[in-house]
Amino acid sequence: MELTKEQQTILNGEKGETMAKVMKTLVQYGEVFGAEKMVPVTGDYGHLVLSFGLTFLGPVFDLYQKLIDEGCLSGQKFTCDPRPYDKNVPQSLLQKGVAKFVFGKQSRYEAQLAKLGLLDEDSYTCTCYLDEIGNTPKKGDVLSWAESSAVVYANSVLGARCNRNSGIIELFGSIAGFVPYFGLLTDEGRKADWIVELQTTKCPDAQILGSAIGMKVMEDVPYVKGLDRYLGTELTDKAKTYLKDFGAATASNGAVGLYHIDNLTPEAKEQGESLIKENAKVYVIDDAELQRVKDGYPCIWKNKDATPKMCFLGCPHMTLEQLKDWTDKIEAALKDAGNEKVLIPTVFTASTGVIKQFNKTPYAERLKKTGVIVSFICPLMFMDNPLWQGQPVITSSNKLRTYTTARFYNNDEILQIITKEGK
Amino acid sequence: MKEFKGRVIAAGDVTAEAVVTKQGFNTLASMQMMFIQSKTKCVDQSNPDLYKKLLQGKALCLPQTIGSTTGGMFLYSAVKAGKAPACLLFSKEIDSLAAAGAVLADVWSDDAKMPTIDKLGDAFLDYVQDGDRITVKSDGTVIVER
Repeated sequence: MELTKEQQTILNGEKGETMAKVMKTLVQYGEVFGAEKMVPVTGDYGHLVLSFGLTFLGPVFDLYQKLIDEGCLSGQKFTCDPRPYDKNVPQSLLQKGVAKFVFGKQSRYEAQLAKLGLLDEDSYTCTCYLDEIGNTPKKGDVLSWAESSAVVYANSVLGARCNRNSGIIELFGSIAGFVPYFGLLTDEGRKADWIVELQTTKCPDAQILGSAIGMKVMEDVPYVKGLDRYLGTELTDKAKTYLKDFGAATASNGAVGLYHIDNLTPEAKEQGESLIKENAKVYVIDDAELQRVKDGYPCIWKNKDATPKMCFLGCPHMTLEQLKDWTDKIEAALKDAGNEKVLIPTVFTASTGVIKQFNKTPYAERLKKTGVIVSFICPLMFMDNPLWQGQPVITSSNKLRTYTTARFYNNDEILQIITKEGK
Repeated sequence: MKEFKGRVIAAGDVTAEAVVTKQGFNTLASMQMMFIQSKTKCVDQSNPDLYKKLLQGKALCLPQTIGSTTGGMFLYSAVKAGKAPACLLFSKEIDSLAAAGAVLADVWSDDAKMPTIDKLGDAFLDYVQDGDRITVKSDGTVIVER
């Protein structure tokens, strides 16, 4: 890799041994992918994936302390994934106790984040790109982000440029101010390896469509044809919300960092099918294929016939419109069933910024009356507690299904279960 | 016995028993319970190749890693805590998350390493089986004995 004089100076240790190791890591990481240079990070803010003070991630916190002690702080402010714990989420005393132990380093870690460059106390969310949070990169911005769902959204919907960086690496990029130039930062790396031909009879469930594509293309770039029939050709709030959930599923069920939607996402609108590589592979998706994918999800509850004890929606965090929409749906379904409150403890998760806006609307009180709890947590990390393993939790998030023992149902099924069936 | 040659991402010599997945290895989904397990076992319900199998101290043979961007960080922590696979052997070009884990362990850990080789080819993953004895050399040579 060819370094500038400034970068070489850092690597040589003139800004200290720790900063030299930060640089060495970025260089070695970039060279794995044939990067020939570093490019400046041009986005206003970073985004970190590690938001949880897991007791057992001591080596990471030790490394971050070293950075702080040596003055190797982020040159840009950053947002961060959601906090892992909220005492208001229903749980047993034992689960609370174990969570206290599992996330025993939370306070220490949050103090570290403040020193390293956290934007503010409301910055904990995986949907940092929403207006209510304000970490919304511009098209063409080079980012040093992690969090798979945020990276794929920033690349695909906003047209920013960011690799699927790991935790720690993303912070190093924000500290150094530059990142190795390879992969999704390059024009060539943003071309599609796959054509996805959508032949469904109705708008597919975003979570299942994303899952199917992720599992098929893995880390490749898909170019999806036919989805604009359902989402339109403008990035409306509804389309962006769909793509948020779709993208999270592609990134968690596979390793997609960028997708193009024909006639909809910015690069596809500008460049059309010239984005597709020669000899791109083709994946045809119809109703039967989506059903096959959904039927393939295993259920690993200890008791497969158990009554659900909890329902989580909002992984990634819900938008304001999703909270409102679900309020309407739950109210109507409860009325239809002759019930007053949801039959299963149900938690909706959203960013603090979105919750604050939601609380200013009449919807907040209406949702509260249905018994649904709104929380700022990361449900994935909340369930990263041995006492939640195998428990009968349901969700319509394919990301949450992937990382926990939660069982997947689509939104219609979830609505039915929590308002009418109770099982 | 068969010999394969790949690209060295993190150098090292090690001998270990193979554990093999033909599908992407979801690091977070697989290893998130490692710190409460006496030895790291795969807990990824979506990976029938590895589910409930021992990972710690094994030669993990895989196409690539997938999923959460915590992946590299988890691998780094696993190496530092002595809970990681003995080595990572990729048939394809390594992905950015696994590369981060290997490089972080290489640069920031003096006392623990996780030799990592990629580009071993599809023939490697077609051949290697659970239980094979794997010898990894610093020059990227991987010997598979059955």
